[in-house]
Amino acid sequence: MKRFEFLIEWALFLCALLSIGTTVGIIGVLAVETFAFLREVPVTDFLFGTEWTPLFATPRFGVLPLVLGTVLVSTIAMVVALPMGLLSAIYLSEYAPPRVRRLIKPVLEILAGVPTVVYGYFALLFVTPLLQRFIPGLAGFNALGPGIVMGIMIMPLVSSLSEDAMQGVPRGLREGAYALGATRMQTSLRVVLPAAFSGITAACILAGARAVGETMIVAIAAGQQPRLTASPLVPVETMTAYIVQVSLGDTPQGTLEYRTIFAVGMLLFLGTFVLNLISAWLRARYREEYL
Amino acid sequence: MNATARRRALDLLFQLLAMLILCLALGSLAALVATVWSDGADRLSWDFLTGFPSRRAEDAGIWHALAGSMFVILTTGGLAVPIGVASAIYLEEYGTRSLSARIIEFNITNLAAVPSIIYGLLGLWLFVRVMAMGRSVLAGASTLALLVLPVVILSTREALRAVPSSIRESSYALGATKWQTVWHQVLPVALPGILTGVILALSRAIGETAPLISIGALTFVAFAPDSLWSPFTVLPIQIFNWVSRPQLAFQANAAAAILVLLALLLTMNAAAIWLRDRYQKKLV
Repeated sequence: MKRFEFLIEWALFLCALLSIGTTVGIIGVLAVETFAFLREVPVTDFLFGTEWTPLFATPRFGVLPLVLGTVLVSTIAMVVALPMGLLSAIYLSEYAPPRVRRLIKPVLEILAGVPTVVYGYFALLFVTPLLQRFIPGLAGFNALGPGIVMGIMIMPLVSSLSEDAMQGVPRGLREGAYALGATRMQTSLRVVLPAAFSGITAACILAGARAVGETMIVAIAAGQQPRLTASPLVPVETMTAYIVQVSLGDTPQGTLEYRTIFAVGMLLFLGTFVLNLISAWLRARYREEYL
Repeated sequence: MNATARRRALDLLFQLLAMLILCLALGSLAALVATVWSDGADRLSWDFLTGFPSRRAEDAGIWHALAGSMFVILTTGGLAVPIGVASAIYLEEYGTRSLSARIIEFNITNLAAVPSIIYGLLGLWLFVRVMAMGRSVLAGASTLALLVLPVVILSTREALRAVPSSIRESSYALGATKWQTVWHQVLPVALPGILTGVILALSRAIGETAPLISIGALTFVAFAPDSLWSPFTVLPIQIFNWVSRPQLAFQANAAAAILVLLALLLTMNAAAIWLRDRYQKKLV
């Protein structure tokens, strides 16, 4: 009996250990292939080069155009998602009657659950043509359309995590503000928002990590031309879209081209990892404050 | 206008702005569904559902992709659910305080936020090349299983946490061992909650495209997979393939396939919500 119990506990522990194995696997795979890549391409050329043409006869491996493309699209997404997400969080947490909340929250969940390939379709065939009516110089593939659609996609994430943070603010603080004659807007903006600040920041950073790692929307609607530009009107390529582009072709294992996707993947992983760490640290802090 | 009236007006204005923003978000969901419906509803037919890919858009169907999606998702569930539930039981019932449990917990939260395409790179290297599974159903399902594992673990833990501790204590009082308590008392009570989480995790996996593309599933596959080792394609990849073509007829196909995918997702989510409602009633 005792031995059986012991075996069960070990079996369960091994299953739990698999998640550690996944992390080790991800880091290991990316590291091995990235080092192999960096043996042939100097690290400074990779990180600071301004031309990304790995498929040309004279290949260049400067990753900056991909990084800038990623930053550009993610920034547009955040410009859309942050104000929308925060306002909806404030409304749902501080204004909405329970019935309205029960109605709206599932719809927001649906919005967050739509597959990204569907958002890609929406960005390419609805949002971009719509924008082209107002912005004459807008190319068929661009950073603006997918950025906006990506913002709509991550807005529910910002909203629900920020709302959680606001719900964590003790009632006493709100009641104090109301007792002093503050309106609900003043209470929300000057008492609740600052009190929930670290939680809300954590939510926004997590949303940023989502935007950086988002793949299908940009692979479909942003075009696949690595370009060092800050203009949202022309085609760009993100790190994720590049990985998709190479995966679509039949790249032989062990070639330099095959290794580029791991090197780019490493950069992507490190970027989102740092954002996640900051977000986790901020979340831990706001938990300490009020519990 | 005195100061109080101005503050009240500002408050009202702010509330209206927030409501407007929410309407905008809900409106974009409506616009999305309306666009896809108007582009693709005409293509929906029995022949489309049961047909195979074709060079001519109007002859093409999605049976190969639909069957592929089903096959991959069931295999993913078969891999991820036992491992995920076991991990959650360990973290919640056995090692809650230990250092290793805390490290694993931190790790899982981090894994949940790793971009899905990174899992694809891991799958390409580990399953497709090193373990020599090729671009098979098994390789795709293993990759997706690693991807949804954190979601399964996190939701199972929630379900386990919701089981009142009095149930555990009375089981111990009757002389049951830890595993007997977990298996005969805790798991049955937590089952609806676990199932809800599993369905939601799998509905995330069924819409995933990027990791499957990076393991190389976008080869032209004209037949439904019939074993774990068959090459395959899935619905989202077929959609991506059709969207990427310039011809309008193929984009209509993509829209019709999106409608099928959304219907599938809606069914899964409805099942999850139904389970959740039943579960909540039972506990209260």
